[in-house]
Amino acid sequence: MPKLPLEGIRVVEMALAWAGPGAAMILGDFGAEVIKVDLVNFWQTTGRGTFARPSKEFIMCESPYSGGYPNRESSKHPWNVWPIFVGQARNKRGMTVKNLKEPKSREIFLRLIKESDIFIENNQPETLDKLGINYEVLREVKPDIIVVRLSACGQNGPYSGFRTHGPLLDSLGGHLSLRGYSDVGADGTSECTIADFLGASFGALAAMLALFHRHKTGKGQLIDCGQLETLPLCLTQAMMDYLMNQRVHTRIGNRDVHGAAPCGCYRCQGEDDWVNITVASEEEWRGFKKVLGNPSWAEEERFSNAYNRWKNQDALDKLVEEWTVQYNKYAVMHMLQKEGVPAGPVMNAADSYSDPHLKTRGFFEKVTHEDAGTHLYPGMAWKLSKTPLSIRRPPVRFGEDNEYVYKHILGVSDEEYAELIEQGEISTEPAPDIP
Amino acid sequence: MTEQALRGVRVLDLTQYIAGPFATKLLAGYGADVVKIERPDGGDPARKLGPFYRDEVQPEKSGLFLYLNMEKRGITLNLKHPIGVSIFKELVKKADIIVESFRPGVMSRLGLDYETLEKVNPKLVMTSISNFGQTGPYRNYKTAELILHGMGEQMISAGRDDREPVRAGETISLHEVGITAAVGTLGTFLGSVFHGIGQHVDMSMMEALTAGAPNHKNTCLIAYQYCGEEQPRVLEEWTGYPHGAFPCRDGYFSIYGGRVYWDRIVRMLGEPEVLMNPKWTTPTAQSDPFLKEEFVALLLSWSMQHTKQECMEIAQEYRVPCVAAQEISEVVADPHFNERGVFIELSHPVVGKLKYPGRPFIMSETPFQVERPAPLLGQHNQEVYAEVGYSGEDLAHLAEWRVI
Repeated sequence: MPKLPLEGIRVVEMALAWAGPGAAMILGDFGAEVIKVDLVNFWQTTGRGTFARPSKEFIMCESPYSGGYPNRESSKHPWNVWPIFVGQARNKRGMTVKNLKEPKSREIFLRLIKESDIFIENNQPETLDKLGINYEVLREVKPDIIVVRLSACGQNGPYSGFRTHGPLLDSLGGHLSLRGYSDVGADGTSECTIADFLGASFGALAAMLALFHRHKTGKGQLIDCGQLETLPLCLTQAMMDYLMNQRVHTRIGNRDVHGAAPCGCYRCQGEDDWVNITVASEEEWRGFKKVLGNPSWAEEERFSNAYNRWKNQDALDKLVEEWTVQYNKYAVMHMLQKEGVPAGPVMNAADSYSDPHLKTRGFFEKVTHEDAGTHLYPGMAWKLSKTPLSIRRPPVRFGEDNEYVYKHILGVSDEEYAELIEQGEISTEPAPDIP
Repeated sequence: MTEQALRGVRVLDLTQYIAGPFATKLLAGYGADVVKIERPDGGDPARKLGPFYRDEVQPEKSGLFLYLNMEKRGITLNLKHPIGVSIFKELVKKADIIVESFRPGVMSRLGLDYETLEKVNPKLVMTSISNFGQTGPYRNYKTAELILHGMGEQMISAGRDDREPVRAGETISLHEVGITAAVGTLGTFLGSVFHGIGQHVDMSMMEALTAGAPNHKNTCLIAYQYCGEEQPRVLEEWTGYPHGAFPCRDGYFSIYGGRVYWDRIVRMLGEPEVLMNPKWTTPTAQSDPFLKEEFVALLLSWSMQHTKQECMEIAQEYRVPCVAAQEISEVVADPHFNERGVFIELSHPVVGKLKYPGRPFIMSETPFQVERPAPLLGQHNQEVYAEVGYSGEDLAHLAEWRVI
């Protein structure tokens, strides 16, 4: 078997929510051995669930996103099947220590660092100092270690100690001022967790850059990635218009920032079915008219060129929707795309799983998880021609690979292993007194 | 000269518009020698897209292009001309990576598919970014920011259930695709470096958005498998109220996580007597719409006395996750962003000195560094073509034949 790109690289992850675990997962997807460290005696609410052992009542009042445990049940091991956790838990191994505030746990952790290449974390900036495992300490143990710190706002600066989450970074970083319906304020749209996506991707990118540098020079390094700061990099039109022309962009709903029209989300046949359409050129406008059977309104002066269509979008949108509402959202896509007009359905989960294109490309992968059963999971973003990436390991369970990590990597004897179980370092579940 | 991670790595950039150029820009900022190859007739179509410097619509004044192509060297090359194709192959011999974003099939029609180029350079990594991937029934379909967002992200649950779904801001999805392409390219390149395996990467923008990094769509897809329910389209969600943006004296602030941080929030509000009632501390209280109304009134009576900055400062003292909802102008002026050096300044021969968003993250040994502004069309023809042996006279002929 040819080797996956990052085969031979070991990553230690002690991270929460999306960004840190996501960055580690990407490295795992590319073949690195990722070891997720869980703490037996210390629960963090964005790690493996708001609660370790949520009540049925609690689960039922959460939306599917976080309450979507298998069959909406508080199963035997809820900490292994929280959807928010599971989304970035594939291709990892799992080990536990008791609590990093204790010397024994810390010693085990440092032994693991000694055998590893990369450490990824996204705790509050002060946490590593408090636990006595900051970069300087880790570098003493492993001189060429690569440490990726993915805090919310970075390791220093006025906001570094702030308590935030992805949706708040979205607000502080300016994205919220650009998204949502154009006729309501910041309180008129739902949350957005793109900062987490950006943090995960940039974290993985940083780790890869540092790996290449280490390959050339033998030197490790410290990476400080504040998720907040990645947002302005992705708001190019708004940023550049302000920086060049002092013009402040605001919400434009589903309209196009470059002025293409029609551009919108239109109702289709069905209960909550929608199609997105963007007409960006005269050629596409001709194709669009053709599909609609060249209606007379399309020839009116107010829609006669790109500028007039952009100026009269409200009227145009109504006419477009009068047409789309008669058809199935997929039918609209196929009809328009056949004539070279960009269009596509707004897909819910059921649509994605049954989409013929994703099926043909084998996007979803069937995975059996000991606590959740057998399901389809979203697969890989990249199709590599010689060493295909895939879900090699199901979402990692709490302490799943303790034996492998302790005995194989750390060289712990059978006797010592039994003692560590006794001492509470090794477990496959959070301490029983954690709610 | 400061050490840079990708110093010595040569990237041939055949991408245009937003996603591909953003990917290669990230590699350039960390030291790769990115050679941007544009068509001689007009170059990257992004040059025709705004915003434009002082609203002057000229190909060297597109802010979009200027930002997405900084630190690259720019050459022109007509790949529809047979001489163009053979010159490209000479460039490939000295390259490590190609990133392209033509429609599926274009590269092989040009005789530049991976199988052919691999013979020229066996360790080559080539990433193809396309709307829907190189294969599958939608492979020739067109896309746009909005369409991409609807098919690849969780747009269906963004907004209100009595209205149409609403997408994310401007072209953020295309930027997410760009980062995902950079990650995929660099990851695959490391395979070439570590194990000697050069290969082709087929990246669909739709799949990149869904699966490139964990996100809302990814989580909702898993939840659907587990419990069979679709995520509803509602304004605030899973941690209970308060959750979302609320008005204050001079705009909005955002707050999060009522269920988790309830005690802190109550202290922040000055422990009003009504909130001390045990009815608020049941596990499901923060999902109760009747209690919510009562609570929001209290929250607003607090927030309307403060500016968004004050709301943020007070809340953070109580360790409540809460921030100011900032406009773009406020982000640019924000002390945190400026103190940490998020923005950089660059001089460009046409638009002069401008401020741009700069680095994504800080690397202690190999920092992000940009010294070159975006290239003028064909600016580095002489320099780059000289590296593969073309003289000034050769280039004059090639220009006559419309190759460059």
